[in-house]
Amino acid sequence: MSFQPTAVVGIGQTHHKSRRRDVSFPGLVREAAVRALDDAQMDWSDIDAVVLGKAPDLFEGVMKPELYLSDALGATGKPMFRVHTAGSVGGTTGIVAAHHVQAGVHKRVMAVAFEKQSEGNAQFALGSGRGASLGAGGAFAPFIRSYIHRSGAPEHIGWQVAVKDRKNALKNEYAHLKIEDISIEKVRDSPMMWEPTRYLESCPSSDGACAVIFTDEDGGRAAAGDGRPPAWVLGTAVRSEPGGFPGRDGVRPQGAIDCAWDLYGQVGITNPREQIDMAELYVPFSWYEPIWLEGHDIAPVGDGWKMVDRGETELTGSFPVNCSGGVLSTNPIGASGLLRFAEAALQVRGMAGDHQVDGVNVALAQAYGANMQYFAMWIVAKSLDPFG
Amino acid sequence: MRNDTDIAIVASATTPVVRHTGDTETTLLLHAITSALEPVGLTRADVDFTCAGSCDYISGATFSFVSNLDAIGAWPPKRDSHVEMDGAWALYEAWLRLHHGDIEIAVVTGSGRSSTADPSLIYPMEMDPYYLAPLGVDPVSFAALQARALIEAGKVTERQMAEVAARSRKDAVGNPSAQVTGDFDVDELLEEDYVRAPLRRHDLPPISDGACAVVLATAQRAEQLVERPAWITGLEHRSECHNPALRDLTDSPSTRLAAEAAGLRDGPVEVAELQAAFTHEEPLLREVLGLDDSVAVNPSGGALAANPIMATGLVRIAEAARQVAAGRQRTLAHATSGPCLQQNLVCILEGDS
Repeated sequence: MSFQPTAVVGIGQTHHKSRRRDVSFPGLVREAAVRALDDAQMDWSDIDAVVLGKAPDLFEGVMKPELYLSDALGATGKPMFRVHTAGSVGGTTGIVAAHHVQAGVHKRVMAVAFEKQSEGNAQFALGSGRGASLGAGGAFAPFIRSYIHRSGAPEHIGWQVAVKDRKNALKNEYAHLKIEDISIEKVRDSPMMWEPTRYLESCPSSDGACAVIFTDEDGGRAAAGDGRPPAWVLGTAVRSEPGGFPGRDGVRPQGAIDCAWDLYGQVGITNPREQIDMAELYVPFSWYEPIWLEGHDIAPVGDGWKMVDRGETELTGSFPVNCSGGVLSTNPIGASGLLRFAEAALQVRGMAGDHQVDGVNVALAQAYGANMQYFAMWIVAKSLDPFG
Repeated sequence: MRNDTDIAIVASATTPVVRHTGDTETTLLLHAITSALEPVGLTRADVDFTCAGSCDYISGATFSFVSNLDAIGAWPPKRDSHVEMDGAWALYEAWLRLHHGDIEIAVVTGSGRSSTADPSLIYPMEMDPYYLAPLGVDPVSFAALQARALIEAGKVTERQMAEVAARSRKDAVGNPSAQVTGDFDVDELLEEDYVRAPLRRHDLPPISDGACAVVLATAQRAEQLVERPAWITGLEHRSECHNPALRDLTDSPSTRLAAEAAGLRDGPVEVAELQAAFTHEEPLLREVLGLDDSVAVNPSGGALAANPIMATGLVRIAEAARQVAAGRQRTLAHATSGPCLQQNLVCILEGDS
């Protein structure tokens, strides 16, 4: 069986919060999964296989939770698969689930990603419980400083991204952080966490889950015929590279560039800035928006921050980024990547509600992980041939 | 003649499997990958996709797989993925990816060092965190429950279990990767005390450190690289209910489903490499898979001779592929995960006739 066209026909996510004490692990993943099934007008029995993603098991203290969650996700008698590619895992979860259909092996596959961070302590877990963990903010701050040094970007760029994403989150009913009175001054005056990253330029720690249902070409066309627009998966790409060696560019990693151009090549994109209508990028700390705009060649090197400064990445701008509020507003780590992929799909389906961008035909989603080492990206579109 | 879209195993390598190694998982993988690639004239630069299977809790560190990118040699950056599962499932992901037709060579790994901690303390953490994990039931205790159920159902005896152990250890003598080998007398084995009734020490797998790498190729490349590729003609996995108390432990329905979907019934198999880490699992799996006495089961010695967790299932596939390369026509590999065989994978491999 060779490559089969694949569509997203169902999307669900939880309401994300610091502590979802009202639900167990199964309750959390089912909240997202049931919404996705409802959206796809499917039942559990329609699903052929389940792919589960989450970040390190040490976050919650449950080892290989796909074993335990098989029951909750209706996987008895079915394939249950578990991926883990650091922070990019949510993206990889969507990609591996899509590959089940693209390979012609299954027709209807559910991707589920979650994190219930309130069950543990991510900072402790990231240090493997041995102490002295820098946490993600501490690990990324040197790269951010280096980006600022190289690009000469003014410090308000980070604040501006933080305000934009937080304002977008106010339009997203599922988003975790809702800061009604967010402003440049408020971000600027928030405590310094990891120079130059301030408290309000940092992602929260969330409990949440996301589910996405994939189907084959027939399923996608049937959904379209039924007035339920699918999002066609036009391309997927992943790259990994070692985390540190002499000569490695940690600000514009080669893996980020290669991953993007592998993806663009699959879709027939030569000018991503013009041919892509919006993007959901993994931005856990505000400066990662300009870093990825440049890292994926959406903006020329040194110009990413200028796109931000000119307001082009606002919801109403010419290249909207993270209309959902992004990772800065909602961060159940293992699910954060799949949320990006799902939000991009919602945009091309015209189902993003108050944070919908007008006329999105082609959307990009991206997630990254570890020491900016793992990249997962996809492009979804309204049709199989958006440039035709 | 094969279709362009067919996928084969063309090479594999398993490190020596030992009770404890001072090598890191990265070093183990470095050797396994090099040893798998070199004999077929490939280098890391030829590899289009890599997928690794390992477990943070076994490695004792968060993101433990990240440093294994050094063994993969992910520079220039590679298409790469990782599963928090046995390497057999990493092979499944690579097999899916190769179906796309745009790439030709994949390397799959499984790696684990169980020696660094006490498995009986770690494994309870893979159970339902609300109702089962707090009981602290370790894998040996769960296995003992299943063995007891099988004995009471008349499906296996303690003597049969000891015979499985003796045969496995004897078969392992010629296997350079095996850890527990030698000639053992069944009557003497049966005189030993129980570790967890009805299981004696010989019914348990060893605690092992080790790694395995398997090289996959699409049809044209496979035929260029080796004389006799092991074609993957069926690859399926299924899960079942998590709580062993809610299952019939004298059966393995997910193994049966996976085998049916993989096309086991389409023809006889000559060799079956089963991930039966406890002796009683072998007769159960034999029955569910319908393997009669003509089938050679675990000629490598199996998981009872070497049990590098997170690689043990992949080693079964590597061994079944070696049997095809050596002239067998059709072989089967089985991998499992979770308490009392919760999740099972079946791989059918065939040689050209």
